[in-house]
Amino acid sequence: MEWLWENREMVMGLLIQHVGLSVVPIIASLLVSVPLARIARRYRSLRGLLLGAFGLLFTIPSLALFVTLPAFLGTKILDPLNVVVALTIYGVAIMVRGTADAFDSVPNDVLDSASAVGYSPGSRFWRVELPLAGPVILANLRVVSVTTVSLLSVGALIGNGGLGYLFTNGYQRAFPTEIIIGVVLTLLVALIFDQILLAIGRIVMPWDRNTRSPESSIQPDLFAEAAH
Amino acid sequence: MDFIIQALGYIFDPVNYLGENAILPRLADHLIYTGLSLFIALVVAIPLGLFIGHTGRGKNFAVAATSSFRAVPTFGLLLFIVLLNGLGLWPLVAVLVILAVPPLLAGIYSGIQAVSRSTIYSARAIGMTEFQILSKVEVPLAIPLMLGGLRNATLQVIATATIAAYVGLGGLGRFIIEGLALHNFVLALVGALLVMMLALVIDLSLAGIQKLVTPPGVATVLTRKATDKQPKILAKIAQEREG
Repeated sequence: MEWLWENREMVMGLLIQHVGLSVVPIIASLLVSVPLARIARRYRSLRGLLLGAFGLLFTIPSLALFVTLPAFLGTKILDPLNVVVALTIYGVAIMVRGTADAFDSVPNDVLDSASAVGYSPGSRFWRVELPLAGPVILANLRVVSVTTVSLLSVGALIGNGGLGYLFTNGYQRAFPTEIIIGVVLTLLVALIFDQILLAIGRIVMPWDRNTRSPESSIQPDLFAEAAH
Repeated sequence: MDFIIQALGYIFDPVNYLGENAILPRLADHLIYTGLSLFIALVVAIPLGLFIGHTGRGKNFAVAATSSFRAVPTFGLLLFIVLLNGLGLWPLVAVLVILAVPPLLAGIYSGIQAVSRSTIYSARAIGMTEFQILSKVEVPLAIPLMLGGLRNATLQVIATATIAAYVGLGGLGRFIIEGLALHNFVLALVGALLVMMLALVIDLSLAGIQKLVTPPGVATVLTRKATDKQPKILAKIAQEREG
């Protein structure tokens, strides 16, 4: 505790870095996977290819992806962009299947009815499909959020790990307290992000009961573990 | 791209295969860590998962534990345990086992839970013992999901074993850590590419096994569900009929 107080400025800085570096991939994952999932529903033949490709990307261990991306992006190894892109790839890999399933679960009768009462294809997407798929998309996004926050710490090995720096620094100085503080703060960030997502869900999807109590929320995919 | 070609050149040059810091011994280390940890994790997870899945007891606890465990930063956990217990095979294996058990457990119990209740009642009605129900009905039907859990656990273990190189243990991650320390980007890429290949080969073989051992009846049910236009409505009808 004393250590935490003495180093509060450094820890605060790392905390802010951690939040910043994980918010971007979480939002990017959502923005990328929704259109991809929609494409997968529209073009059945692409579906297998798309889901398969992201399934393969998901198998890449995080440290390996972090150090390979500079060769493809032309970035420096210490560039934060590497970590952001890598975490976005994992995020999309986790989300795209669940999101595609969410769109699939909207019954065709409902879509036909919407067209029948005069929705254009565009407004049908925004006002019928997306709201109905929304709760499942949110549940997937929560998994992405938790995974991203915990996975980011590996980035400390290439200088962009946010709170992960407390792990490497604590290890090098043989000071376990610092590692524990890092773990606890990371868990706290994950918890707060989750609560924020739930709150956003309640505001934008007031019709969805599942988002009202965290206990009853759907487990979208027990197997989308943080596999890295 | 140049870097990748150089790294591939290194990987496919047999000069780098044998010797103290060469590819094959490090690959062997990586496989030993992975295999040993998965074996121990399976010994723990199989009986526990079958018990939870069959009886339904402790399910809430298992769900809460497996989903909240996702939030724990594995890198921090690894460094903490190694720092307290010293460097060596067993502290690392302990961490890897802790990481592998939740996804295995999730695969096993949710696989069994997914078996339709009416199927289990039917098995009981024709006089099967509880053990027969478990071994002849529930486990065969749950096999695809169980192996899904095994695939996730394996990926997790391979990835974390890579990071273990940071604390000075062997494995393919050594190339990455050394490459980073020496500012030798090609060497880091060598490690990254090797780890990717390893993960890919093992995951694809497990996927192949998953296909092979899935009972033909289960496979047709799965594909029928996937191509079904209105799965929710049919599932609802089925549910109403069931109960």
